[in-house]
Amino acid sequence: MAEVKSVLMVGVGGQGTILASNVLSEGLLKSGYDVKMSEVHGMSQRGGSVNTQIRFGEKVYSPVIEMGAADVIVAFEKMEAVRWLNYLKKGGTVIVNTVEIPPLSVLIGKEEYPKDLLEILKSNAHTIAVEADKIAEGLGNVRAQNIVLLGVLVKHLGLMNIDWEEVIRNNVPKKYIDLNIQAFRKGLELN
Amino acid sequence: MKKVMLGDEAVARGAYEYGVTFAAAYPGTPSTEILENIAQYKEIYSEWAPNEKVAVEAAIGASIAGARSLAAMKHVGLNVAADPLFTFAYTGVNGGCVIVTADDPGMHSSQNEQDNRYYAKFAKIPMLEPSDSQECKDFVGIALDISEKYDTPVLLRLTTRVAHGKGVVELGERKPVEMKPYKKDIPKYVMVPANAQKRHVVVEERLKVLEELTEKIEINRIEWGGRDIGIITSGISYLYVKEVFGDEVSVLKLGMTYPLPSKLIRKFAESVKKLYVVEELEPYIEEHVRALGIEVIGKELIPRIGELNPGIIRKAIKKEELPHVSVEVKVPGRPPMLCAGCPHRGVFYVLRKKRVPVLGDIGCYTLGAAPPLEAIDTCICMGASISGSHGFQKAIEHSGRKQKIFSVIGDSTFFHSGITGLIDIVYNKGNAVPIILDNRITAMTGHQHNPGTGKTLMGEDAPEIDIAKLSEAIGVKRVRVVNPFKLKEIEDAVDEAMNTDDTMVIIAKGPCALIPPKPQGECKIDQEKCKKCGMCLRIGCPAISKKDGIFSIDPDQCTGCTVCQQVCPFDAIECVSHRGEVK
Ligand SMILES: Cc1ncc(C[n+]2csc(CCOP(=O)(O)OP(=O)(O)O)c2C)c(N)n1
Repeated sequence: MAEVKSVLMVGVGGQGTILASNVLSEGLLKSGYDVKMSEVHGMSQRGGSVNTQIRFGEKVYSPVIEMGAADVIVAFEKMEAVRWLNYLKKGGTVIVNTVEIPPLSVLIGKEEYPKDLLEILKSNAHTIAVEADKIAEGLGNVRAQNIVLLGVLVKHLGLMNIDWEEVIRNNVPKKYIDLNIQAFRKGLELN
Repeated sequence: MKKVMLGDEAVARGAYEYGVTFAAAYPGTPSTEILENIAQYKEIYSEWAPNEKVAVEAAIGASIAGARSLAAMKHVGLNVAADPLFTFAYTGVNGGCVIVTADDPGMHSSQNEQDNRYYAKFAKIPMLEPSDSQECKDFVGIALDISEKYDTPVLLRLTTRVAHGKGVVELGERKPVEMKPYKKDIPKYVMVPANAQKRHVVVEERLKVLEELTEKIEINRIEWGGRDIGIITSGISYLYVKEVFGDEVSVLKLGMTYPLPSKLIRKFAESVKKLYVVEELEPYIEEHVRALGIEVIGKELIPRIGELNPGIIRKAIKKEELPHVSVEVKVPGRPPMLCAGCPHRGVFYVLRKKRVPVLGDIGCYTLGAAPPLEAIDTCICMGASISGSHGFQKAIEHSGRKQKIFSVIGDSTFFHSGITGLIDIVYNKGNAVPIILDNRITAMTGHQHNPGTGKTLMGEDAPEIDIAKLSEAIGVKRVRVVNPFKLKEIEDAVDEAMNTDDTMVIIAKGPCALIPPKPQGECKIDQEKCKKCGMCLRIGCPAISKKDGIFSIDPDQCTGCTVCQQVCPFDAIECVSHRGEVK
């Protein structure tokens, strides 16, 4: 437990990165880790690129992850994974939601959404591609994609001894508890 | 009990535990969550003030009345509140008072990255700088004690990574603090020259005593490690230094950064071979160290622009970089944008079409400067739209030309500091035309209530201040309220404004698309009728896209606002339903 781990969650404003990171940090705290996080609120939430940084271990100093220091990048969107890839440690893992969300410049036809992103990711890093949006949609609500990804992450980090379902229950509105617990279980199964 | 808390949340917890009973703020990233969290403690009366100056003045009043009080704001908010702050430094407090400033190095959500530590020195009030969430909570308590013991307001300075960083906080009980009795004291509180002259002497004497305090206060401490390198640091930079160096170096960690502990700094400098200061933004500590005649390395290595991170410090001092993956793919940027269904869109579309100068302001509507709308010409500070448009118009007129000048300002910003600009127009017989984008909320900072929304921070009903009536009362001749989802209404009002010399205000009143319930509706492009002219893309709606030559509207994002339908020259967009009339 001594070694500090760094997880970078990146996505597009409104995708639920903050909820996923809240659940993660609360679970980590419960199992005795020191936890630090950094989020950026405000302007970027209007459909902009967002990131949340989570670091945990016996004693954590910086809440901010430097380039080359992330053990895992959880990308809620493909292009964001590539944007942040230089934050990944050599030998680190990318968990990527395969969804494509075009930015405005692409929507209005000024720029192209880059091609072959998944191949680029795979050739540069250990990559786990997940159709989290489709899975969540299958469960009835695409918004649970964040918790599907969280399930994949938890399994990958080997943090199975924490009662995650309890933490999820504490962090989501009552009527979405079942949905999110199912989403989390799906995520666990995928890995 | 332990909890992972945002720095802002921990400040709120500190206010609760250390007996604050009055708190006021105007929202501003990264400080907003302080008051949002304080509002959850029923023991504290809390409110959104219309601006930071009012928030600080209200906190001053509460302090003089005998309560422990707090006011919070983002860094630029302290510019607005600087006037009361500087004289409050003279009067001192009754109940303890903490002023929180949350700076934004790197400008994640700000128009500049000023370093507010200079305010403490300038106003001659003590300053504390927490590094993490636990310290955010603890330092509120220390600040309140200092405030009462030394009879001074205290500045608590956060930065984005502290305010929006999260860490583990040990929670405690609320310590009940009695209101201090209020005693009328004219020489202390009435700052007419004769009294202020005496109070300035008190301020200087107080500083001397605070200089002794800062030498011995436990939050200024040396962490001995290797003595080859010594680093003086504070705030978030302390955590980055520890991250990079651990115990390899010795660290002088400063929790109280005004006044600075000269003796402690000297002692530390004498005990290490090479001395550095690691601090974000300005060489605030470094200047002090140099003034003591001590040799130090600082801004020649550590950037003055933007925020720091462990990697920057590693590279600057250790000359090392972590190995990392790097790819040669250029990915398009993803700046924030106006939401689908945003009521600001239609106004910008019309203004763009008219090709008139539009002085802008700060809020979601600043995004109207982005392509494809590019509808606003300026963004300086809150309120500068209306007043700026007045100066612009007068300058043009004085040079013998005539041109209509417009401005756009949000409802919250209008209450914050737009009203005085409007008074300027009426009083000085200008005719620039303010358009008030009344989306019924303070949207940019995450949906706070404001004097026009009918609710308070504590969730109570409140009178809705009527912008139209207010404008009329000020003396504006023509006040037009338009539905921002109806382009014709907007255009008619703009045309009317272009053709009159009367003072005129346009109020575009329609709710933010993110105010629940989510507006229901859907617009669809009829592919048979679509001539692929691309007009619908010119409104910059994230729901509308062009892919492989086909234009389409994403039904998940579309709110049925119908603005795209109104700009389509071929009647190719069908809207199933749309947002109801808003008047
Ligand atoms: C002096 C100052 N205080 C606070 C802020 C932070 N801030 C930026 S925009 C904004 C609110 C804008 O609300 P409104 O005018 O209603 O526009 P909307 O975002 O709703 O379109 C605030 C509080 C600031 N930039 N400057």
